[in-house]
Amino acid sequence: MNYSLTILILLIPFASFLFNGLFGMKLKPVIAGLIGTVGLGLVTLLSYLTAWQYFFVDGMVNGSFPKLIAMTMDWIKFSDFLTVRMGILLDPISVMMLVVISTVSFMVHIYSLGYMKGEKGFQRFYAFLSLFSFSMLGLVLATNIFQMYIFWELVGVSSFLLIGFYYTKDSAVAASKKAFIVTRFADLGFLIGILLLSYFTKTFDFSALTGTDQSIFANAAGVSFLGMSVMTWAALLIFMGGAGKSAMFPLHIWLPDAMEGPTPVSALIHAATMVVAGVYLVARMFPVFYFQAPEALTVVAYVGGFTSLFAAVIACTQHDIKRVLAFSTLSQLGYMMLALGVSGYGGEEGVGYMASMFHLFTHAMFKALLFLGAGSIIHAVHSNVMQDMGGLRKHLPVTHATFLIACLTIAGVPFLSGFFSKDEILVAAFHHDKLLFAIEFLVAGLTAFYMFRLYFNIFWGQDKHYHHTPHESPKTMTIPLMILAFGSIFAGYIPFSKLVTSDGVPFESHMNFAIAIPSVLIGLLGITIAWILYKKETAIPERISKSLGGFYTAIYHKFYFDELYIFITKKVIFNYISRPVAWFDRHIVDGTMNGIGWLTMASSKKVRNLQSGNLPQYGMVFVLGAIILVLVFAFII
Amino acid sequence: MLQGIPIASVLIVSSFMFFAGVCGFIIRRNMITILMSIELILNAVNINMVVFNKFLFPDQLQGHFFALFIVGIAAAEASVAIALVINIYRRLNSISVDKVNEMKY
Repeated sequence: MNYSLTILILLIPFASFLFNGLFGMKLKPVIAGLIGTVGLGLVTLLSYLTAWQYFFVDGMVNGSFPKLIAMTMDWIKFSDFLTVRMGILLDPISVMMLVVISTVSFMVHIYSLGYMKGEKGFQRFYAFLSLFSFSMLGLVLATNIFQMYIFWELVGVSSFLLIGFYYTKDSAVAASKKAFIVTRFADLGFLIGILLLSYFTKTFDFSALTGTDQSIFANAAGVSFLGMSVMTWAALLIFMGGAGKSAMFPLHIWLPDAMEGPTPVSALIHAATMVVAGVYLVARMFPVFYFQAPEALTVVAYVGGFTSLFAAVIACTQHDIKRVLAFSTLSQLGYMMLALGVSGYGGEEGVGYMASMFHLFTHAMFKALLFLGAGSIIHAVHSNVMQDMGGLRKHLPVTHATFLIACLTIAGVPFLSGFFSKDEILVAAFHHDKLLFAIEFLVAGLTAFYMFRLYFNIFWGQDKHYHHTPHESPKTMTIPLMILAFGSIFAGYIPFSKLVTSDGVPFESHMNFAIAIPSVLIGLLGITIAWILYKKETAIPERISKSLGGFYTAIYHKFYFDELYIFITKKVIFNYISRPVAWFDRHIVDGTMNGIGWLTMASSKKVRNLQSGNLPQYGMVFVLGAIILVLVFAFII
Repeated sequence: MLQGIPIASVLIVSSFMFFAGVCGFIIRRNMITILMSIELILNAVNINMVVFNKFLFPDQLQGHFFALFIVGIAAAEASVAIALVINIYRRLNSISVDKVNEMKY
C-alpha cells in the first residue's frame, strides 16, 4: 500500500526538461536525447510497477477499485475553503492513462533518436518532449480539477511549442498559433465551468465531486439560467474545454493543421495522448455528468457521433498521409466521446464508459503506430503526399508489416485489439440510441475504407520517381514500431471490464455476435472497396470523384470550415467587435492616459520658463514685483 | 549747499537716476553696463539719503554717514563684480548676460 515512488513519475521528466532546456545546447545532441529517453524509460518502468501494484497486488477494497490519494500538498492557500492542492490520485483510469502515456512517450522518445537525427534543435526537441510528458502525466494524476486545469494549460503550451518546432516555416508557425488559440478559446469555457461547479459545490476535489455523496450539489438545485440547470451549464462548459483539446466538431479545425509539427510529435501529442485529454476529462467527471447533467451527456454523445462521421468522410478525400491520419484520429476520438455519452453508471450499465477507456487504450497503440509508420515512410521518400508514393512494400518491409497490422486493427478485423474495443462501443450505442449506432456502424465501414485507401496507395502500385531508392529506417525507428505493433495486436486481450469501470466494480462483458459480425462485415466491405479502387492505379477513383462534383470538392476542402472560421473572425469579429474595441482602447483608454501625460508636460514646459537663467528677465520680474507691492501698499492698505 | 533748491527738484533728479538705472539693468546685455546701472541705482539712493537728512533732521548726520557707507560698499561690490566679469570673459570669451545662463542647469 505504498505509492511514494509515484512522485518520481512526475519529477523525472520535469528534471530532464530543466536539464535539457538549460544545458542541452552545451551537450552533444545524442547525449541530450539519451538523457530524455532514459528518464522516460524509468518513468515507464515506474508506471508499470504502479499499475501492477494497483491492479494486482493491492487490488480491490470491498469489491471495487478505490480512489487512492498517493500524495497531496497545499500549493496555494487563499482561505480554508479556497486552497489549490497538488497531489497524485490513483484510480483505474489514471493508472491506465499512466501506462498509455508512458508507453507511447517512451516509444516516441526512442523513435525520435533516429527520426530527428541531425535536425537543428535536437536538444530543444527533447526538452519539449520531456515537458510534454511531465504535464500530461500531471494532468492524469491530478487530484483536483484546478490542478488538472494547470496541467491542461501546460499540455497546451507544449503542444504549441512542438507544432511550431520548425519555427522558420511559416505554415508551422501559423498552425501552432491556430492550435493554441482554438484550444485556449475552449479552455475559457472550461475555466468558467470549473468556477461554476466549484462555486456551488465548494470543492475542487475529484474524490468529493465524483463520490457517492450527492449532497454537495444541493446548493445548485433549482438554480437555472436560460432554461438549463446550472449544473448542466457547468458540465457543458467543461465539455467545451474537453472538446477543444480533443478537437471535437466545431473546434476540430486545429488538429489537421497541427500535423505541421514533426511526425513523432503528431504520434505522441496529436494522436495518442494529448487529444484524449478531453475524453479523459469527461470520464473523470463522469458521475457529475451522469447524475447532475444528463442533458450534457446527450450533447457529448451527439457531438462525438457527428464528429466521427464528419471526420471519416473528410479522411476519404485527403492526399496528405498525415492529414488522413489526423482525420482518422478525430473520428476515433468521436467514437470515444460517443461511448461516454451513451454510457450508464455502474456495473453492466457502464459498458460505454468501459468501452471508451478501452478504445482509448487500444487507439493509443495503433494510432501511435500508424503515425510512427507514416514518419518512417516520410523519412524514406521525403514527402507527405500520397501521390508521391507507391510500391513501397518492397523497400520498407518492417514499416509495411507494422503499418498493415495497424490498418487491420483500426479497421476492426477480428482478434486484433481494435475489434474488441470498437465492438464494445457499438454494443453500448446499440442499447442506448439506434441513430448513433447507425452512424457508428457506417463510420466503421468508412474507417476501413480510408485506411486501406492509404495503405494501398502507399505500399502497392507502381514505384514513383524517388530522390533515392527508399531504404528501411534505422533500428531506433523500427523497434518502437514492432513494440507498438505487438501492443496493437494484444492490447485487446486485457480484461478491461474487470479493471476499468465507471464505479470501480468489475463486471463480466461478453461478445455480442449480433453486432460484432455485421460490424466486421462492413469493415471487410470497406477494405474490399479500397482493394478494388486502389490496389492497382486505375482511373476509377478519379471518375467517381468527378461524378460527385461539387460534393467531392466540398469534402476535399473539409466542408470549408477553415474558410468559414476565417470569414467569421476576419470579416465579422474583426470589423464589428475588435475594431470598435481597439478604437475605444486607443482613443479613450490610451487617450486619457496620454492626455494626463501631455498636460503635465505642457505645464512643466511653461513653468520651466521661470528659471531661464536669463538675468535681465529675473531683474524685470523683480522690479515689476516691487512696483506691484508698492502699488498694493499705497492704494489698498 | 542745498540752499534755495526745493526738495522736489532733488527728488526728481534722484528718481530719474534710479529708473534710468533699473532700465539699464533690465535692458542692457553688456555686464559692465549693468554694473554701471547698479552704480546709478545706488547713487540715486545716496542722493535721497543726503536730501532727506538735510530737510528732515538738519542737526543730525546719520544720513550723511550712511551715504558714505553705501559708497564704500558699492566700491567693494564693484571690485568683486568686475573680478567675476573678468573670469566669465576668460571662460566664455564674452561678457553678454545671455551667455551666462549655465547656472540654471
